[in-house]
Amino acid sequence: MSVGDFIRNSQVWKSIFRHPAPRDRRNRVVVMLTNVFLHLHPVSVRKSGIALSYTWCMGGLTFFLFLVETVTGVLLMFYYRPTLEHAYNDILALRDVATLGVLRELHRWGAHAMVITIWLHMYRVFLTGSYKPPREFNWGVGVILLVLTLLLSFTGYLLPWDQLAIWAITVGSNMARATPLLGYEGPGAKLLKIGDVELIHSGSDARFLLLGARFVGGETLLRFYVLHCVAIPLAVAMLIAVHFWRVRKDGGISGAL
Amino acid sequence: MHTATQLAHSVQIGLGVFYLFVALMNVGFALYQCYAANNRRQGIVWSLVAGVFLVHSLAYFAGANWIISAGFRDFTTQVMGYYGGQLGPILYTTVSIILFVLFLRYRKFFTEPVVAWSILNLGLLAAGWSLTDDNFRKIITKEDNVPIVMLIFSVGFFTWLPFRRAVLNDERMANGEPPMEKEEEEKVLVWPDLVYTEMIAMIVCTFVLVIWSVLLKAPLEQPATTAKAPNPSKAPWYFLGLQEMLVYYDPWMAGVVLPTMIIIGLIAIPYIDFNQKGNGYYTFVERKFAITTFLFGFIVLWCTLIVLGTFLRGPNWNFFGPFEYWDPHKVLPLNNVNLSDYFWLPLGVTFPEGQGIGGILVREAPGIILVLLYFAALPPLLAKTIMRPFFIKMGFVRFFLLINLFQFMAALPIKMVLRWAFNLKYIIYIPEYFFNI
Repeated sequence: MSVGDFIRNSQVWKSIFRHPAPRDRRNRVVVMLTNVFLHLHPVSVRKSGIALSYTWCMGGLTFFLFLVETVTGVLLMFYYRPTLEHAYNDILALRDVATLGVLRELHRWGAHAMVITIWLHMYRVFLTGSYKPPREFNWGVGVILLVLTLLLSFTGYLLPWDQLAIWAITVGSNMARATPLLGYEGPGAKLLKIGDVELIHSGSDARFLLLGARFVGGETLLRFYVLHCVAIPLAVAMLIAVHFWRVRKDGGISGAL
Repeated sequence: MHTATQLAHSVQIGLGVFYLFVALMNVGFALYQCYAANNRRQGIVWSLVAGVFLVHSLAYFAGANWIISAGFRDFTTQVMGYYGGQLGPILYTTVSIILFVLFLRYRKFFTEPVVAWSILNLGLLAAGWSLTDDNFRKIITKEDNVPIVMLIFSVGFFTWLPFRRAVLNDERMANGEPPMEKEEEEKVLVWPDLVYTEMIAMIVCTFVLVIWSVLLKAPLEQPATTAKAPNPSKAPWYFLGLQEMLVYYDPWMAGVVLPTMIIIGLIAIPYIDFNQKGNGYYTFVERKFAITTFLFGFIVLWCTLIVLGTFLRGPNWNFFGPFEYWDPHKVLPLNNVNLSDYFWLPLGVTFPEGQGIGGILVREAPGIILVLLYFAALPPLLAKTIMRPFFIKMGFVRFFLLINLFQFMAALPIKMVLRWAFNLKYIIYIPEYFFNI
């Protein structure tokens, strides 16, 4: 008996997989049905659907990069404190002191790549008309996921707390100041007042909500950190679940179901 | 202008590696033509091209100082500076729209593998020569700009690929055959056919990411300080299309309303597009309208504006030619005029400052009427006239949603043209309530 057979016949192996290796047709079907990760897939797909020149793999790669970002992000959180006192020095230490000094590079370039792959995924889905009935809803979920991906990247941009970070976020968040009605320099905001008391001012408008202060500062750093590490990833994970579920129910690369 | 005449050693090595890579790419293509496509003549042609690149490579490795001609560099900078410094953005936008139209019109020609490959080679050659210029190289090789270079190539490739398939499919369908995706409806098991593809894709992705991370350090500038703003201050690269819109619109439009309309418009696509054809295969002929619109939005208005904002917008958000030094003291004349001034000044009417809403409304009446006509009168007019077939097919809600989204999309090109042709600053100018359009 070979070592492989010995392992596959052991009680431990059998308790995990509960069926023989996927070498024949029956077990190749069974493996897709009995594994929680694999059962995100259907059992069989259209042959032309899995051609690389048709599907491009971009949706899958976006998800994979999301996992890469999650893992490297968790590791980075061990080294990084989101305070004015520590943030920049922690990034310096990550570069100069920490073992595996490419952690931040993996995270940053992975994030850039994820923005590109999700755009290309949308591009492919559009060009194959895969948003057409019955898949309209899942296209909408995808658009929200795309927006959240950009927000993830945007909130992460601030964390190194260098000149590049703070000014990019300043430029970006200045827009919130001009939100109609809700930004203190937005059209109509001055009309919202009770008597002489203005409801929308620089200490109560949409930009203040985003930054936690009148300017990008310590409060913003904390706010963006929590959004970046907890709030947005949770929302993305939920929506990914919905997205995948609907791919299985409404159809994916095999066409509309 | 701040440009060295002698290439640094590291630059020469970098260019040598670059051209070596391009030469190897062409060797691969020549082999493909020779043996897979059985086209000897093409094989020879591309071997010669590979040779040309190899000569470049060896020359740079050997320390050659081939740099782009100063005359050409100065010429481009000078041309972009004409017309009060506005010819740059005008040329850039016009040329990208013309290329876009030509590509769609002559897609059969442009997607021929040999033609597409030639265009890629010309692009790489132009990039190689441009990289010998200090100013160009400094901007292109900035760490955070690498993704945009990747974006250019990947969007180029992933536009060529589906259009190639669309052209082939459209020819098949014209002959009464099904598109290639529908020819075999045979199903295969996900294990092993799909899961292995996925695993290989993940491994390749990991490999690329690790190499990229080892070779290129993540940028880290000086510690943050609110005391000193860098010039230019740029948003993260994926928002630079929006920042570019700030040239033409105030933040409430460019940063809030138009992005919101982009999101709403994207979500609305499946509900507007009533065309049931082209589901699950690549085609252009069956979906001309939808694909043209989407591509115009994604490529011309989104991607090319990101490229413009990243590489050609310098200090004070001024336009700089690709070889121009980013001079923070460059001053461009700003003589933009509001529509209300255009209208009232020749009539000799002036409006005092600090007047009530009534006075403001009279002052801005020409702009307000124009905008109201644009949003309220144009859609029904279109429904009555040239777009009547659309209106009948789509019904009231779908049609007006489509037209309104279109109008928001067109708002940017319209304002660009108005700015360039008439120096128009605002159509409606009500700074009292931050309501400027």
